[in-house]
Amino acid sequence: MAANVLEAYGVRKSYGVGSETETEILHGIDLALGQGEMVALTGPSGAGKSTFLNVMGLLERPTAGRIRVNGEDIADLGESGLTRLRGRSIGFIFQFHHLMPAFSALENVLMPILVDRGRPDAEMRERATELLDKVGLGAFLERRPGKLSGGQQQRVAVARALAMMPPLVLADEPTGNLDTASADAVFTLLRTFNRDFGVTFLIVSHDPRLARRCDRVLELVDGRLTGQWAGDEVPARYD
Amino acid sequence: MPFTVIAALRFLREGRFQTVLILSGVAVGAAVIVFLVALITGLQDDLISRTLGTQPHIVLRPADDAARSLFRPAPGETLDAQVEKRAQRLRSIDGWQRVLADAAATPGVIAVSPMASGPAFAARGSAQKSVALLGIEPERYTRIVPVNMKMAAGSFRVSGEDAVIGVDLAKDLGASIGDKVRLSTAGGRTQVVTVAGIFDLGLRDLNRRWVLITLRSAQTLLDLAGGVTNIDLSVRDLFGAEAVARTIAARTGLAAESWMKTNAELLAGLRGQNGSSAMIQFFVSVAVAFGISSVLVVSVVQKSREIGILRAMGASRRAVMTIFLLQGAVVALAGSVLGCALGTWAALAFQSWQGVFHVWLGWQLYAAAIAGATAIGTLAAIAPALRASHLEPVAAIRYGG
Repeated sequence: MAANVLEAYGVRKSYGVGSETETEILHGIDLALGQGEMVALTGPSGAGKSTFLNVMGLLERPTAGRIRVNGEDIADLGESGLTRLRGRSIGFIFQFHHLMPAFSALENVLMPILVDRGRPDAEMRERATELLDKVGLGAFLERRPGKLSGGQQQRVAVARALAMMPPLVLADEPTGNLDTASADAVFTLLRTFNRDFGVTFLIVSHDPRLARRCDRVLELVDGRLTGQWAGDEVPARYD
Repeated sequence: MPFTVIAALRFLREGRFQTVLILSGVAVGAAVIVFLVALITGLQDDLISRTLGTQPHIVLRPADDAARSLFRPAPGETLDAQVEKRAQRLRSIDGWQRVLADAAATPGVIAVSPMASGPAFAARGSAQKSVALLGIEPERYTRIVPVNMKMAAGSFRVSGEDAVIGVDLAKDLGASIGDKVRLSTAGGRTQVVTVAGIFDLGLRDLNRRWVLITLRSAQTLLDLAGGVTNIDLSVRDLFGAEAVARTIAARTGLAAESWMKTNAELLAGLRGQNGSSAMIQFFVSVAVAFGISSVLVVSVVQKSREIGILRAMGASRRAVMTIFLLQGAVVALAGSVLGCALGTWAALAFQSWQGVFHVWLGWQLYAAAIAGATAIGTLAAIAPALRASHLEPVAAIRYGG
């Protein structure tokens, strides 16, 4: 078995630590994502799925427990080390694409590389162009996000998440906002990148059809991982 | 171009209305300052050059005669004395050639000119006027007071029997170029001179009283036999004149009077003007800084989602901070360039409207305005930039969604 891209042991996350309103959202999560896995995370709303993604995506530090990304323990990293690890190892796809409206599609895809390297160069442009080609938007390089359809915007966001060729991509309801056809197209893209480049995906989704197409499905209820199935064994209660 | 610069410029372009607002604020502020400084400096230069157009920067004279006590009271004795102040006779400077050379060698001094001057009468026909004789070496004197540049008629020729007089005196005496004028002094000496030129210094008093003759003629007429009554100096740094005067006075024992002393009121006026101008500049800068700061704070709030995305993609706090500092700097730089153009236009319009003096538009003015504005813009952006850099990516993305 390939090395794990993400490992979490006993991860807890509380808000308002030390105050009277302290609330624990995640109650001890253990998780391992192997390289090239495509995993879906489902659960009722309010279960803590977004917090789960934020913590696993290193956007927030856990209150307790350990997380390793690509073998690196984040407890050993300071603020800037964490930021760098996040930028290089993890790509994000958000429900509302969250593209930067001031930048063209190509520039949006370039952005993570720019952030990492500081200055643009020809090779970076080439890579970004290639990615946009792969998501079928080769003809819209210079378009601003506002001039693209919802499905196209989300495909730009997919290309952006993959710009740094990160081993791990976290997606929060990537198709939640799209019609069925666009949702299908976006998911197929994710699958392609997963197969062709061995990128590991962790996808939060309410959509059982989408979940069934993943390798593994995790269920999060009340801040605990309560169930786990292979993609094609997802119980019918999810429909 | 580094990514922070690209992002800063793009954010500015995206927030078009805000950018225009903040740019105009900076431009107006810079224009006010450029206009004000151009005007005040021009006015002051004009005042100073008018004032100094007819007087030397420093005049050296013999120290005043003082009454000396003939008795020295023994210890325990008291002396009752009525001291009468001495009348100041016309005296020459002891060893003036040496003093002249010494003064010329003083750092900061750029011209020296000896002069024998005293009162006299000028007569032509039945007209008789009281005048001031200025015995000069023309070459040297014109480097102190450029009378040769202010000729109304004839030429500036002071040699032998040739003299140059003011327009009002010429009118009073009914004299024109080539006419003879008889000069006589209280000592009973007389000399007839030919009017070679008539000057107009723009000051009636001088135009009515000054008679420029050769140093030698004046020495003879005033009974000074080879002596001079004063030495005039020009200095390089106008406002350093008083310091130079003090140095020379201390070294030579002569009385040295700078233009700053003889025009103390003018100087106080200029200082007051500079002070109020500095106050206005200060408050305009503060207002502009607050403007930049508040517009950028709003922009941080509006851009919080984008900031969050950048942070999620691995942008450091420092990079986010730089992006906003750059926005402040860029807006201030561009606004101040605009403001310089606007201020220059206003200053030139004002100049052609009032037409009395030239506004000052040196490159230093623009350099200072642009550098100052850029610094202020960057400083004003510190608070918004700090705020942006402390946005948590998660919160920014969540609330900005």
